[in-house]
Amino acid sequence: MNPIMDIAPQLARGLSITLTILVASALFAYLMAFIAGLCSLSKNILIRKITGLYVEIFRGTSLIVQLFWLVYAIPILFGLSLASNWVIGVMAIGLNYGAYLSEVVRSSILAVAPGQFEAAIALNMSSFQRMRLVIFPQAVRMMLPEFGNYTIQMLKGTALVSLIGLNDVLYFGNILRSSNLSYGPLIYIMVLVFYFILALPLIFLTRKAEKVAKKGVASS
Amino acid sequence: MTEPIVRYQNVHKSFGDVEVLKGIDLDIYPAEKIAIIGPSGSGKTTIIRMLMTLEEPTSGDIIVDGTNLWKMEKDEKMVKANEKHLRSVRGDIGMVFQHFNLFPHMTILENCMTAPIHVKGEDKKEVEQRSIEMLERVGLGDKIHNYPSQLSGGQKQRVAMARALVMRPKIMLFDEVTSALDPELVGEVLEVIRDIAKNDDMAMVLVTHEMDFALDIADKVLFLDEGVIAEQGTASDIIEHSQNERLQEFLSRFRA
Ligand SMILES: Nc1ncnc2c1ncn2[C@@H]1O[C@H](COP(=O)(O)OP(=O)(O)OP(=O)(O)O)[C@@H](O)[C@H]1O
Ligand SMILES: [Mg+2]
Repeated sequence: MNPIMDIAPQLARGLSITLTILVASALFAYLMAFIAGLCSLSKNILIRKITGLYVEIFRGTSLIVQLFWLVYAIPILFGLSLASNWVIGVMAIGLNYGAYLSEVVRSSILAVAPGQFEAAIALNMSSFQRMRLVIFPQAVRMMLPEFGNYTIQMLKGTALVSLIGLNDVLYFGNILRSSNLSYGPLIYIMVLVFYFILALPLIFLTRKAEKVAKKGVASS
Repeated sequence: MTEPIVRYQNVHKSFGDVEVLKGIDLDIYPAEKIAIIGPSGSGKTTIIRMLMTLEEPTSGDIIVDGTNLWKMEKDEKMVKANEKHLRSVRGDIGMVFQHFNLFPHMTILENCMTAPIHVKGEDKKEVEQRSIEMLERVGLGDKIHNYPSQLSGGQKQRVAMARALVMRPKIMLFDEVTSALDPELVGEVLEVIRDIAKNDDMAMVLVTHEMDFALDIADKVLFLDEGVIAEQGTASDIIEHSQNERLQEFLSRFRA
Protein backbone atom coordinates (compact mmCIF):
# COMPACT_ATOMS: atom_id res chain seq x y z
CA MET A 1 0.00 0.00 0.00
CA ASN A 2 1.38 3.39 -0.96
CA PRO A 3 1.12 5.75 2.03
CA ILE A 4 1.12 8.84 -0.19
CA MET A 5 -2.06 7.62 -1.82
CA ASP A 6 -3.57 7.21 1.63
CA ILE A 7 -2.56 10.60 2.94
CA ALA A 8 -3.42 12.80 -0.04
CA PRO A 9 -7.20 12.23 -0.03
CA GLN A 10 -7.29 12.82 3.73
CA LEU A 11 -5.54 16.19 3.37
CA ALA A 12 -7.72 17.08 0.40
CA ARG A 13 -10.73 17.03 2.69
CA GLY A 14 -9.38 20.28 4.17
CA LEU A 15 -9.07 22.05 0.85
CA SER A 16 -12.51 23.59 0.86
CA ILE A 17 -11.94 25.29 4.23
CA THR A 18 -8.44 26.44 3.31
CA LEU A 19 -9.62 27.86 0.00
CA THR A 20 -12.85 29.47 1.19
CA ILE A 21 -11.02 31.08 4.11
CA LEU A 22 -8.34 32.33 1.71
CA VAL A 23 -10.75 33.80 -0.82
CA ALA A 24 -13.04 35.41 1.74
CA SER A 25 -10.25 36.85 3.88
CA ALA A 26 -8.37 38.11 0.82
CA LEU A 27 -11.44 39.94 -0.46
CA PHE A 28 -12.09 41.35 2.99
CA ALA A 29 -8.43 42.40 3.32
CA TYR A 30 -8.50 44.18 -0.06
CA LEU A 31 -11.65 46.02 0.95
CA MET A 32 -10.13 47.10 4.27
CA ALA A 33 -6.91 48.06 2.48
CA PHE A 34 -8.66 50.47 0.15
CA ILE A 35 -10.88 51.95 2.84
CA ALA A 36 -8.03 52.42 5.31
CA GLY A 37 -5.55 53.44 2.62
CA LEU A 38 -7.80 56.22 1.35
CA CYS A 39 -8.80 57.27 4.87
CA SER A 40 -5.14 57.61 5.81
CA LEU A 41 -4.87 60.27 3.08
CA SER A 42 -8.00 62.08 4.23
CA LYS A 43 -7.86 65.78 5.03
CA ASN A 44 -9.80 65.08 8.20
CA ILE A 45 -7.36 64.55 11.06
CA LEU A 46 -9.80 62.46 13.11
CA ILE A 47 -10.30 60.01 10.25
CA ARG A 48 -6.52 59.80 9.82
CA LYS A 49 -5.97 59.14 13.52
CA ILE A 50 -8.60 56.41 13.74
CA THR A 51 -7.19 54.76 10.64
CA GLY A 52 -3.68 54.98 12.06
CA LEU A 53 -4.86 53.31 15.25
CA TYR A 54 -6.40 50.42 13.34
CA VAL A 55 -3.30 49.94 11.21
CA GLU A 56 -0.86 50.06 14.11
CA ILE A 57 -2.88 47.74 16.35
CA PHE A 58 -3.25 45.08 13.69
CA ARG A 59 0.28 45.37 12.41
CA GLY A 60 1.78 45.58 15.88
CA THR A 61 0.23 42.45 17.37
CA SER A 62 0.37 38.89 16.15
CA LEU A 63 -2.33 37.33 14.03
CA ILE A 64 -2.60 34.22 16.16
CA VAL A 65 -3.25 36.28 19.31
CA GLN A 66 -5.86 38.37 17.45
CA LEU A 67 -7.52 35.14 16.41
CA PHE A 68 -7.59 33.78 19.96
CA TRP A 69 -8.94 37.10 21.23
CA LEU A 70 -11.86 37.03 18.88
CA VAL A 71 -12.65 33.36 19.54
CA TYR A 72 -11.88 32.86 23.22
CA ALA A 73 -11.43 36.20 25.02
CA ILE A 74 -14.42 38.17 23.76
CA PRO A 75 -17.04 35.53 24.59
CA ILE A 76 -15.76 35.39 28.19
CA LEU A 77 -15.47 39.15 28.61
CA PHE A 78 -18.76 40.09 27.01
CA GLY A 79 -20.70 36.88 27.32
CA LEU A 80 -21.36 36.60 23.62
CA SER A 81 -19.70 34.70 20.84
CA LEU A 82 -19.21 36.85 17.77
CA ALA A 83 -19.93 34.45 14.98
CA SER A 84 -18.93 31.07 13.65
CA ASN A 85 -15.23 30.31 13.80
CA TRP A 86 -15.12 30.43 10.00
CA VAL A 87 -16.31 34.04 10.03
CA ILE A 88 -13.93 34.91 12.84
CA GLY A 89 -11.02 33.38 10.96
CA VAL A 90 -11.89 35.46 7.91
CA MET A 91 -12.25 38.61 10.01
CA ALA A 92 -8.95 38.18 11.81
CA ILE A 93 -6.92 37.40 8.70
CA GLY A 94 -8.73 40.09 6.68
CA LEU A 95 -8.26 42.80 9.29
CA ASN A 96 -4.64 41.88 9.86
CA TYR A 97 -3.57 41.81 6.22
CA GLY A 98 -5.89 44.72 5.41
CA ALA A 99 -3.77 46.79 7.77
CA TYR A 100 -0.56 45.87 5.95
CA LEU A 101 -2.12 46.34 2.53
CA SER A 102 -3.56 49.74 3.43
CA GLU A 103 0.02 50.97 3.66
CA VAL A 104 0.61 49.62 0.16
CA VAL A 105 -2.47 51.49 -1.09
CA ARG A 106 -1.41 54.68 0.63
CA SER A 107 2.19 54.66 -0.56
CA SER A 108 1.21 53.75 -4.12
CA ILE A 109 -1.15 56.71 -4.33
CA LEU A 110 1.59 58.98 -3.02
CA ALA A 111 4.05 57.50 -5.51
CA VAL A 112 2.13 58.69 -8.58
CA ALA A 113 4.18 61.53 -10.04
CA PRO A 114 3.01 65.04 -9.05
CA GLY A 115 3.03 66.01 -12.72
CA GLN A 116 0.06 63.69 -13.24
CA PHE A 117 -1.90 65.57 -10.65
CA GLU A 118 -0.93 68.89 -12.22
CA ALA A 119 -1.90 67.78 -15.71
CA ALA A 120 -5.28 66.73 -14.36
CA ILE A 121 -5.76 70.17 -12.82
CA ALA A 122 -4.75 71.80 -16.10
CA LEU A 123 -7.57 69.82 -17.71
CA ASN A 124 -9.88 71.22 -15.03
CA MET A 125 -10.73 67.88 -13.45
CA SER A 126 -12.44 67.91 -10.06
CA SER A 127 -10.59 66.35 -7.16
CA PHE A 128 -12.75 63.23 -7.48
CA GLN A 129 -12.07 62.98 -11.22
CA ARG A 130 -8.34 63.40 -10.66
CA MET A 131 -8.42 60.48 -8.26
CA ARG A 132 -10.69 58.26 -10.32
CA LEU A 133 -9.33 58.89 -13.81
CA VAL A 134 -5.67 59.65 -13.26
CA ILE A 135 -4.17 58.81 -9.87
CA PHE A 136 -6.04 55.68 -8.85
CA PRO A 137 -5.61 53.67 -12.08
CA GLN A 138 -1.87 54.23 -11.92
CA ALA A 139 -1.65 53.56 -8.19
CA VAL A 140 -3.51 50.26 -8.61
CA ARG A 141 -0.96 49.09 -11.17
CA MET A 142 1.81 49.82 -8.70
CA MET A 143 -0.05 47.99 -5.92
CA LEU A 144 -0.58 44.73 -7.82
CA PRO A 145 2.75 43.01 -7.05
CA GLU A 146 2.50 43.72 -3.33
CA PHE A 147 -1.10 42.55 -3.31
CA GLY A 148 0.13 39.32 -4.87
CA ASN A 149 2.86 38.87 -2.28
CA TYR A 150 0.53 39.50 0.63
CA THR A 151 -2.05 37.13 -0.82
CA ILE A 152 0.57 34.37 -0.84
CA GLN A 153 1.28 35.20 2.81
CA MET A 154 -2.44 35.08 3.52
CA LEU A 155 -2.61 31.58 2.07
CA LYS A 156 0.09 30.50 4.49
CA GLY A 157 -1.66 32.41 7.28
CA THR A 158 -4.87 30.46 6.77
CA ALA A 159 -3.17 27.44 8.40
CA LEU A 160 -3.66 29.19 11.74
CA VAL A 161 -7.39 28.53 11.61
CA SER A 162 -6.66 24.88 12.38
CA LEU A 163 -5.93 26.17 15.90
CA ILE A 164 -9.49 27.41 16.34
CA GLY A 165 -10.90 24.06 15.31
CA LEU A 166 -11.56 24.67 11.62
CA ASN A 167 -11.03 21.64 9.40
CA ASP A 168 -8.46 22.95 6.95
CA VAL A 169 -5.60 21.10 5.29
CA LEU A 170 -3.30 21.40 8.29
CA TYR A 171 -6.07 20.25 10.64
CA PHE A 172 -6.48 17.00 8.73
CA GLY A 173 -2.70 16.62 8.65
CA ASN A 174 -2.63 16.86 12.46
CA ILE A 175 -5.47 14.36 12.83
CA LEU A 176 -3.73 11.91 10.53
CA ARG A 177 -0.45 12.20 12.36
CA SER A 178 -2.01 11.60 15.77
CA SER A 179 -3.27 8.23 14.56
CA ASN A 180 -0.15 7.30 12.52
CA LEU A 181 2.77 8.72 14.47
CA SER A 182 5.41 7.06 12.32
CA TYR A 183 4.08 8.81 9.22
CA GLY A 184 4.60 12.25 10.79
CA PRO A 185 7.45 13.41 8.56
CA LEU A 186 5.75 12.26 5.39
CA ILE A 187 2.42 13.80 6.37
CA TYR A 188 3.95 17.21 6.99
CA ILE A 189 5.99 17.11 3.84
CA MET A 190 2.77 16.48 1.99
CA VAL A 191 1.07 19.33 3.82
CA LEU A 192 3.88 21.60 2.62
CA VAL A 193 3.45 20.31 -0.92
CA PHE A 194 -0.27 21.05 -0.75
CA TYR A 195 0.32 24.64 0.28
CA PHE A 196 3.02 25.04 -2.30
CA ILE A 197 0.76 23.81 -5.09
CA LEU A 198 -1.95 26.19 -3.93
CA ALA A 199 0.58 29.04 -3.92
CA LEU A 200 1.83 28.33 -7.45
CA PRO A 201 -0.93 30.17 -9.31
CA LEU A 202 -0.56 33.10 -6.93
CA ILE A 203 3.18 33.20 -7.53
CA PHE A 204 2.53 33.14 -11.25
CA LEU A 205 -0.04 35.96 -11.01
CA THR A 206 2.33 38.04 -8.92
CA ARG A 207 5.01 37.72 -11.58
CA LYS A 208 2.52 38.89 -14.18
CA ALA A 209 1.47 41.76 -11.95
CA GLU A 210 5.07 42.91 -11.74
CA LYS A 211 5.17 43.19 -15.52
CA VAL A 212 1.89 45.11 -15.62
CA ALA A 213 3.12 47.44 -12.91
CA LYS A 214 6.20 48.37 -14.89
CA LYS A 215 4.04 49.64 -17.71
CA GLY A 216 1.43 52.35 -17.52
CA VAL A 217 2.57 54.35 -14.54
CA ALA A 218 4.41 57.60 -14.06
CA SER A 219 5.91 57.34 -10.61
CA SER A 220 7.97 59.92 -8.85
CA MET B 1 -10.29 98.67 -27.18
CA THR B 2 -10.95 95.11 -26.04
CA GLU B 3 -10.76 94.16 -22.40
CA PRO B 4 -7.84 92.03 -21.23
CA ILE B 5 -8.75 88.40 -20.69
CA VAL B 6 -6.25 88.11 -17.84
CA ARG B 7 -5.01 90.79 -15.47
CA TYR B 8 -2.28 90.34 -12.88
CA GLN B 9 -2.53 93.13 -10.31
CA ASN B 10 0.43 93.62 -8.02
CA VAL B 11 0.93 89.87 -7.63
CA HIS B 12 3.54 88.70 -5.14
CA LYS B 13 4.70 85.17 -4.46
CA SER B 14 6.97 83.89 -1.74
CA PHE B 15 8.21 80.37 -1.06
CA GLY B 16 8.94 80.34 2.63
CA ASP B 17 10.99 83.45 3.35
CA VAL B 18 12.08 83.93 -0.24
CA GLU B 19 10.07 86.39 -2.27
CA VAL B 20 10.20 85.09 -5.82
CA LEU B 21 7.78 87.50 -7.49
CA LYS B 22 7.79 91.06 -6.27
CA GLY B 23 4.77 92.76 -7.70
CA ILE B 24 3.71 91.58 -11.15
CA ASP B 25 1.32 93.71 -13.22
CA LEU B 26 0.42 92.20 -16.52
CA ASP B 27 -2.50 92.34 -18.95
CA ILE B 28 -3.08 89.57 -21.44
CA TYR B 29 -5.46 90.36 -24.29
CA PRO B 30 -7.50 87.83 -26.24
CA ALA B 31 -5.43 86.23 -29.00
CA GLU B 32 -2.28 87.93 -27.76
CA LYS B 33 0.97 85.92 -27.96
CA ILE B 34 3.27 86.68 -25.06
CA ALA B 35 6.77 85.33 -24.53
CA ILE B 36 8.34 85.42 -21.08
CA ILE B 37 12.11 85.30 -21.06
CA GLY B 38 14.62 85.75 -18.29
CA PRO B 39 17.36 84.06 -16.30
CA SER B 40 16.83 80.76 -14.53
CA GLY B 41 15.08 81.20 -11.20
CA SER B 42 13.63 84.59 -12.10
CA GLY B 43 10.07 83.31 -11.56
CA LYS B 44 8.82 82.66 -15.11
CA THR B 45 7.31 79.29 -14.34
CA THR B 46 5.76 80.58 -11.15
CA ILE B 47 3.92 83.33 -13.03
CA ILE B 48 2.06 80.92 -15.26
CA ARG B 49 1.58 78.24 -12.61
CA MET B 50 -0.39 80.77 -10.55
CA LEU B 51 -2.71 81.31 -13.50
CA MET B 52 -3.17 77.54 -13.90
CA THR B 53 -4.05 77.40 -10.15
CA LEU B 54 -1.05 75.20 -9.42
CA GLU B 55 0.48 77.81 -7.13
CA GLU B 56 -1.35 80.32 -4.97
CA PRO B 57 -0.18 83.95 -4.97
CA THR B 58 0.94 85.32 -1.62
CA SER B 59 -0.81 88.61 -2.35
CA GLY B 60 -2.36 90.54 -5.22
CA ASP B 61 -5.09 89.54 -7.65
CA ILE B 62 -5.34 87.60 -10.85
CA ILE B 63 -8.50 88.44 -12.79
CA VAL B 64 -9.65 86.05 -15.49
CA ASP B 65 -12.42 87.30 -17.76
CA GLY B 66 -13.58 89.71 -15.07
CA THR B 67 -13.56 87.15 -12.24
CA ASN B 68 -11.04 87.06 -9.44
CA LEU B 69 -9.30 83.68 -9.73
CA TRP B 70 -7.97 83.14 -6.23
CA LYS B 71 -10.63 85.00 -4.26
CA MET B 72 -14.37 84.72 -4.10
CA GLU B 73 -17.17 86.58 -2.45
CA LYS B 74 -18.73 85.08 0.61
CA ASP B 75 -21.01 86.96 3.01
CA GLU B 76 -20.00 90.19 1.26
CA LYS B 77 -16.33 89.58 1.98
CA MET B 78 -13.60 88.37 -0.32
CA VAL B 79 -12.27 85.04 0.91
CA LYS B 80 -9.85 82.43 -0.41
CA ALA B 81 -11.31 80.61 -3.38
CA ASN B 82 -12.48 77.06 -2.88
CA GLU B 83 -12.07 74.21 -5.34
CA LYS B 84 -15.45 74.86 -6.91
CA HIS B 85 -14.63 78.50 -7.61
CA LEU B 86 -11.22 77.62 -9.05
CA ARG B 87 -12.83 75.07 -11.35
CA SER B 88 -15.40 77.54 -12.59
CA VAL B 89 -12.71 80.06 -13.53
CA ARG B 90 -9.83 77.95 -14.83
CA GLY B 91 -11.90 76.13 -17.46
CA ASP B 92 -10.71 78.51 -20.17
CA ILE B 93 -7.05 77.94 -19.39
CA GLY B 94 -4.85 75.15 -20.70
CA MET B 95 -1.23 74.29 -20.05
CA VAL B 96 1.56 72.30 -21.64
CA PHE B 97 4.36 71.16 -19.36
CA GLN B 98 8.07 70.72 -19.70
CA HIS B 99 7.82 66.99 -18.98
CA PHE B 100 4.63 66.39 -21.00
CA ASN B 101 2.76 64.72 -18.12
CA LEU B 102 0.77 62.48 -20.42
CA PHE B 103 -1.37 59.87 -18.70
CA PRO B 104 0.66 56.69 -19.19
CA HIS B 105 -2.25 54.30 -18.65
CA MET B 106 -4.26 55.75 -21.54
CA THR B 107 -3.71 55.63 -25.29
CA ILE B 108 -2.96 58.99 -26.81
CA LEU B 109 -6.50 59.21 -28.13
CA GLU B 110 -7.84 58.55 -24.63
CA ASN B 111 -5.44 61.16 -23.29
CA CYS B 112 -7.17 63.68 -25.53
CA MET B 113 -10.73 62.49 -24.99
CA THR B 114 -10.89 62.08 -21.22
CA ALA B 115 -11.24 65.67 -20.14
CA PRO B 116 -13.77 66.89 -22.75
CA ILE B 117 -15.99 63.92 -21.92
CA HIS B 118 -15.70 63.89 -18.15
CA VAL B 119 -15.01 67.51 -17.37
CA LYS B 120 -17.13 69.25 -19.98
CA GLY B 121 -19.68 66.47 -20.44
CA GLU B 122 -19.41 66.59 -24.21
CA ASP B 123 -20.68 63.94 -26.59
CA LYS B 124 -18.24 61.05 -26.92
CA LYS B 125 -18.51 60.67 -30.70
CA GLU B 126 -18.01 64.36 -31.27
CA VAL B 127 -15.01 64.46 -28.93
CA GLU B 128 -13.46 61.45 -30.62
CA GLN B 129 -13.81 63.10 -34.02
CA ARG B 130 -12.28 66.31 -32.76
CA SER B 131 -9.45 64.53 -30.94
CA ILE B 132 -8.50 62.57 -34.04
CA GLU B 133 -8.49 65.76 -36.12
CA MET B 134 -6.32 67.45 -33.52
CA LEU B 135 -3.89 64.53 -33.41
CA GLU B 136 -3.72 64.61 -37.20
CA ARG B 137 -3.01 68.29 -37.04
CA VAL B 138 0.01 67.71 -34.80
CA GLY B 139 1.14 64.93 -37.14
CA LEU B 140 0.19 61.92 -35.04
CA GLY B 141 -2.87 60.64 -36.86
CA ASP B 142 -1.24 57.23 -37.29
CA LYS B 143 -0.48 56.80 -33.59
CA ILE B 144 -3.83 57.38 -31.92
CA HIS B 145 -4.01 53.91 -30.36
CA ASN B 146 -0.43 53.90 -29.10
CA TYR B 147 0.53 54.47 -25.51
CA PRO B 148 2.73 57.38 -24.49
CA SER B 149 5.61 55.03 -23.64
CA GLN B 150 5.78 54.09 -27.32
CA LEU B 151 6.41 57.67 -28.47
CA SER B 152 9.48 59.87 -28.74
CA GLY B 153 9.74 62.98 -26.58
CA GLY B 154 8.77 65.26 -29.44
CA GLN B 155 5.74 63.12 -30.22
CA LYS B 156 4.72 63.09 -26.56
CA GLN B 157 4.86 66.85 -26.42
CA ARG B 158 2.75 67.14 -29.55
CA VAL B 159 0.17 64.86 -27.95
CA ALA B 160 0.22 67.06 -24.86
CA MET B 161 -0.56 70.06 -27.05
CA ALA B 162 -3.38 68.25 -28.80
CA ARG B 163 -4.76 67.19 -25.42
CA ALA B 164 -4.81 70.80 -24.25
CA LEU B 165 -6.26 72.08 -27.54
CA VAL B 166 -9.28 69.76 -27.65
CA MET B 167 -10.46 71.51 -24.48
CA ARG B 168 -10.69 74.70 -26.59
CA PRO B 169 -9.01 76.98 -24.07
CA LYS B 170 -9.02 80.74 -24.48
CA ILE B 171 -5.55 80.94 -22.97
CA MET B 172 -2.75 78.42 -23.46
CA LEU B 173 0.31 78.33 -21.23
CA PHE B 174 3.57 76.74 -22.37
CA ASP B 175 6.30 76.14 -19.80
CA GLU B 176 9.63 75.39 -21.47
CA VAL B 177 7.95 72.79 -23.60
CA THR B 178 11.06 71.99 -25.61
CA SER B 179 13.72 71.98 -22.93
CA ALA B 180 13.33 68.30 -22.01
CA LEU B 181 13.75 67.25 -25.65
CA ASP B 182 16.73 66.02 -27.59
CA PRO B 183 17.90 68.88 -29.82
CA GLU B 184 16.81 67.19 -33.03
CA LEU B 185 13.23 66.95 -31.75
CA VAL B 186 12.85 70.61 -30.79
CA GLY B 187 11.99 71.75 -34.30
CA GLU B 188 8.91 69.58 -34.76
CA VAL B 189 7.41 70.88 -31.52
CA LEU B 190 8.16 74.52 -32.33
CA GLU B 191 6.49 74.04 -35.71
CA VAL B 192 3.28 72.97 -33.99
CA ILE B 193 3.39 75.99 -31.69
CA ARG B 194 3.98 78.24 -34.66
CA ASP B 195 1.00 76.69 -36.41
CA ILE B 196 -1.22 77.26 -33.36
CA ALA B 197 0.01 80.80 -32.93
CA LYS B 198 -0.72 81.61 -36.55
CA ASN B 199 -4.07 79.92 -36.98
CA ASP B 200 -5.81 79.86 -33.62
CA ASP B 201 -7.22 82.88 -31.90
CA MET B 202 -6.47 81.94 -28.33
CA ALA B 203 -4.09 83.90 -26.15
CA MET B 204 -0.73 82.20 -25.61
CA VAL B 205 1.89 82.66 -22.94
CA LEU B 206 5.21 81.02 -23.71
CA VAL B 207 7.96 80.59 -21.19
CA THR B 208 10.98 79.63 -23.20
CA HIS B 209 14.71 79.68 -23.72
CA GLU B 210 14.24 79.35 -27.48
CA MET B 211 14.96 83.02 -27.84
CA ASP B 212 14.85 83.44 -31.60
CA PHE B 213 11.61 81.51 -31.83
CA ALA B 214 10.02 83.53 -29.03
CA LEU B 215 11.04 86.84 -30.52
CA ASP B 216 9.72 85.67 -33.86
CA ILE B 217 6.18 84.71 -32.87
CA ALA B 218 5.45 86.93 -29.87
CA ASP B 219 3.38 90.12 -30.00
CA LYS B 220 4.83 91.09 -26.67
CA VAL B 221 7.98 89.98 -24.90
CA LEU B 222 8.47 90.22 -21.15
CA PHE B 223 11.92 90.15 -19.62
CA LEU B 224 11.61 88.86 -16.09
CA ASP B 225 14.52 89.57 -13.79
CA GLU B 226 14.76 89.09 -10.05
CA GLY B 227 11.02 88.79 -9.57
CA VAL B 228 9.89 91.83 -11.56
CA ILE B 229 9.07 92.52 -15.18
CA ALA B 230 12.21 94.45 -15.94
CA GLU B 231 11.39 95.20 -19.55
CA GLN B 232 8.54 94.63 -21.94
CA GLY B 233 7.69 95.45 -25.50
CA THR B 234 7.62 94.07 -29.00
CA ALA B 235 10.47 91.90 -30.12
CA SER B 236 12.16 94.77 -31.91
CA ASP B 237 11.77 97.02 -28.84
CA ILE B 238 13.46 94.37 -26.80
CA ILE B 239 16.25 93.59 -29.22
CA GLU B 240 17.07 96.99 -30.60
CA HIS B 241 15.90 99.70 -28.26
CA SER B 242 16.25 98.38 -24.74
CA GLN B 243 18.72 100.15 -22.50
CA ASN B 244 18.51 97.42 -19.88
CA GLU B 245 22.03 96.07 -19.52
CA ARG B 246 21.03 92.79 -17.94
CA LEU B 247 18.62 92.19 -20.81
CA GLN B 248 21.31 92.93 -23.39
CA GLU B 249 23.70 90.62 -21.65
CA PHE B 250 21.01 87.94 -21.36
CA LEU B 251 20.17 88.18 -25.05
CA SER B 252 23.77 88.03 -26.14
CA ARG B 253 24.17 84.80 -24.19
CA PHE B 254 21.06 83.13 -25.58
CA ARG B 255 20.79 84.25 -29.16
CA ALA B 256 22.65 82.44 -31.86
N1 LIG C 1 7.55 74.85 -4.86
C1 LIG C 1 8.62 75.64 -4.58
N2 LIG C 1 9.14 75.67 -3.35
C2 LIG C 1 10.20 76.46 -3.06
N3 LIG C 1 10.80 77.24 -3.95
C3 LIG C 1 10.35 77.26 -5.21
C4 LIG C 1 9.23 76.45 -5.59
N4 LIG C 1 8.99 76.67 -6.90
C5 LIG C 1 9.90 77.55 -7.30
N5 LIG C 1 10.72 77.92 -6.29
C6 LIG C 1 11.81 78.88 -6.38
O1 LIG C 1 11.30 80.05 -6.94
C7 LIG C 1 12.23 80.64 -7.84
C8 LIG C 1 11.56 80.87 -9.18
O2 LIG C 1 11.24 79.63 -9.73
P1 LIG C 1 10.67 79.45 -11.19
O3 LIG C 1 10.57 77.98 -11.42
O4 LIG C 1 9.45 80.27 -11.35
O5 LIG C 1 11.83 80.07 -12.06
P2 LIG C 1 12.03 80.03 -13.63
O6 LIG C 1 12.21 81.44 -14.06
O7 LIG C 1 10.94 79.26 -14.26
O8 LIG C 1 13.41 79.27 -13.76
P3 LIG C 1 13.88 78.22 -14.87
O9 LIG C 1 14.29 79.02 -16.08
O10 LIG C 1 15.05 77.55 -14.24
O11 LIG C 1 12.74 77.28 -15.14
C9 LIG C 1 13.42 79.72 -7.90
O12 LIG C 1 14.42 80.24 -7.08
C10 LIG C 1 12.90 78.43 -7.32
O13 LIG C 1 13.92 77.75 -6.65
MG1 LIG D 1 10.80 77.41 -15.25
